[in-house]
Amino acid sequence: MEERMMHQVDETVARYGSTDEALVEILRDLSQQAGYLDRPTLAAVAKKLAVPESRVFSVASFYSMISVEPLGKHVIRMCQDAPCHVAGGRKIWETLEQALGIQFGQTTSDGQWTLMPTSCIGLCAVGPVMMIDDEVFGNLTPEKVNEILARYREQDGGAA
Amino acid sequence: MKSLEELRKIKERALERRKLAGEGAKSRITVAMGTCGIAAGARDTMKAVLNEIEKRQIADVVVTQTGCMGLCEYEPMVTIKIGEADEVTYGKIDAARIPTLIEKHLLGGEPVAEWQVQTAK
Amino acid sequence: MVYRAHILISGDAACIAKGARDVEAALWEAVQELNLKDEVQILEVSSLGHSDQGPEIVIYPDGTDYVNLTPEDAKFIIEEHLLKGRPVERLTYREPPSLPLPPPSEKEVRVVLENVGKIDPENIEDYIAMDGYMALGKVLGEMTPEEVIEELKISGLRGRGGAGFPTWLKWTLARNAPGDMKYVICNGDEGDPGAFMNRSVLEGDPHSVIEGMAIAAYAIGASQGYFYVRAEYPIAIQTLRAAIKQARDYGLLGEHIFGADFSFDLEVRMGAGAFVCGEETALMQSIEGARGMPRTRPPYPATAGLWGNPTNINNVETYANVPKIIHKGGSWFASMGTDKSKGTKTFAIAGKVERTGLIEVPLGMTIREIVYDVGGGVLGGKKFKAVQTGGPMGGCIPEQYLDLPVDYEHLKEVGSMMGSGGFVVMDEDTCMVDIARFFMEFTQDESCGKCVPCRVGTRRMLEILNRICAGEGRPGDIETLEELAVYIRDGSLCGLGQGAPNPVLSTLQYFRDEYEAHIYDKTCPAKVCKGLIEYKINPEACIGCTRCARNCPVNAIEGKPKQTHVIDADICIRCGVCKQVCPVDAVYVE
Repeated sequence: MEERMMHQVDETVARYGSTDEALVEILRDLSQQAGYLDRPTLAAVAKKLAVPESRVFSVASFYSMISVEPLGKHVIRMCQDAPCHVAGGRKIWETLEQALGIQFGQTTSDGQWTLMPTSCIGLCAVGPVMMIDDEVFGNLTPEKVNEILARYREQDGGAA
Repeated sequence: MKSLEELRKIKERALERRKLAGEGAKSRITVAMGTCGIAAGARDTMKAVLNEIEKRQIADVVVTQTGCMGLCEYEPMVTIKIGEADEVTYGKIDAARIPTLIEKHLLGGEPVAEWQVQTAK
Repeated sequence: MVYRAHILISGDAACIAKGARDVEAALWEAVQELNLKDEVQILEVSSLGHSDQGPEIVIYPDGTDYVNLTPEDAKFIIEEHLLKGRPVERLTYREPPSLPLPPPSEKEVRVVLENVGKIDPENIEDYIAMDGYMALGKVLGEMTPEEVIEELKISGLRGRGGAGFPTWLKWTLARNAPGDMKYVICNGDEGDPGAFMNRSVLEGDPHSVIEGMAIAAYAIGASQGYFYVRAEYPIAIQTLRAAIKQARDYGLLGEHIFGADFSFDLEVRMGAGAFVCGEETALMQSIEGARGMPRTRPPYPATAGLWGNPTNINNVETYANVPKIIHKGGSWFASMGTDKSKGTKTFAIAGKVERTGLIEVPLGMTIREIVYDVGGGVLGGKKFKAVQTGGPMGGCIPEQYLDLPVDYEHLKEVGSMMGSGGFVVMDEDTCMVDIARFFMEFTQDESCGKCVPCRVGTRRMLEILNRICAGEGRPGDIETLEELAVYIRDGSLCGLGQGAPNPVLSTLQYFRDEYEAHIYDKTCPAKVCKGLIEYKINPEACIGCTRCARNCPVNAIEGKPKQTHVIDADICIRCGVCKQVCPVDAVYVE
């Protein structure tokens, strides 16, 4: 486990260069790979770049796409801004909360899903929109949301 | 790139190619693959275009992509250009509409009026 | 026998030719297999109307129309729709799209968006075919840096990211700043809700921005550039990286470009989700690998920017204009627009307007022309109420200014701003207090927390707005909002804090009566705020179809079939589903 993490850190730092100017990108990338950054990972990055751990943590906790809390296997980011809101975002919001049985900002108890709001992802004309991990989905309706969730569950082997 | 002269040569070549003749093709299908297009299903549309062309063994057609022209509400958007005729732009072309579009417009030469959208010049 | 569902399948010749028989067989098989044959009836009918998209079926009682079916689809529909009760959206028939879209207006002038949607962004030769990189060649072969800056001065180009600072002046400051190492940065941290013109350009015509940056680098004496693009735009980043690689392969980036004594290269830096990084000093902090928090200015980036070196920072749209200006001449550009605001500007038209999307028009066009001529008018012929420009730090402009020319100065005069070009049209059904609350929620969330007035003040304002919208407004709330607005505006370092109160101030200025109605009369004139409205059913109109009761998520509606239904206001969560599903418009809001 730890070895794998160290390997990930080494590899990611090598990709962006071991200078502290690459810190934001290194952390974002690691956070995406591992789901979130735990204390040992943050410490490993700090050591690797020879910067204080406090500085690494300050950056990690500032950006919304870097997480220092455990996240689910899939992270759903639903646009919370006006154009999507006007296009029926609230209903999608409620559908997601109902379908997953959690509220925004939470992770399901089986660790499969995290539901998060995001600011505008620039796809207003196909709103409401959401991102699941790196995939974008537009023109959402409650039926479509359920269909997409079902597809992911199927891919994950019918679990949850 | 060493000189403007070299750039001009590339330009001539590229213009020829864009005119279709340069590639020896008769027609071109373009799928808009900006993020908005992809969010609306453009990847499936693109797959359907490629499948259909393979299935029907259509030669002389170039399939290419472009960005988001700003009419995101009508994504996925597809354009078809045949020979010297003006390019025709279609909106909300999901994968299911591709067989009809290829049958009627690309092979039959008749644009599908009810799926067309008019875009800014 | 009473069936709970009927499946009609089209026996039209065209459908049969495309495999309707196989689909029908698959339907039967699935119905047998899932033991639904006593509940579901399958009937063949002559035609269902869309034989060009056959095989087609329609499932009643809900009337869902499925088209272009395969036998596998048929089986899937039976499982999903009839067994699990989930209609299969992707297979349903959709109306042809062309009808509601008014034709494009002749008033649009595409400069920045000229190639977008026409060329393949991943093929540099497509860009070269459109005269791409000709401007860079001209600059490196025939012009001195001073001449480049002079051409920009003639053009009158101003920053397209919000503040509208003259581009030539910014470049001059960076050029004149002492230092051997200088940088150019492209701000691609487009974060204003509703604005996506930069994404469109980065994804659709990335080379125009690369070329603009190279010209800027030559003008100020830089050899290294950075693209800062927000992480929410993964496809834009991918396209951009591919474009940079191609430009290198063609020798348009790198050493001795066009054989001149000029070398320039670019790196893409990806953000990590922080709106405030669109502010230039915060953005540079983020490139340096730190928390993206703004700092005091001066010193300005032109003298002390990235790692303390002179830096020129413009946004995507500004750079994309540069090659066009060099290629066609500064005076060509200056022939468009108004006295102080030259050229064209892209706007993202959204909200209650017929033709939404990206447009590009000469500056100085009136709001009326943009909404009615270019945008095709207010959606559904409703009454125009206001337009919100400038993003979350902008303001709402009411009907009385419909003939206001849209340029930097005029927007500012009426309490709004240009921003990056957001243009959200609102009709009579929009609650202005709710809109103000919405934008305040945004800025409150995105405040970086460095300045106390912004961090705490926006929260206090949001709390008051939440209260007002919930029907718990108190006398004095408006005055407190106004007071807080001044503190936040004056006590914040960057544009985010300084502009945060703007949506509230501008709505207070033009729609104060709506705030008063919420607070004193406990009503929401636009019937939007949930705490102040009630859904009711008109007994005269209700036909007792039970549709509302079946769709209500909280079972707040009572009524037997064929009898009048009633909504229990105590249980109702005001989601509005009943109003949407009612076939006879019997549900109304009070």
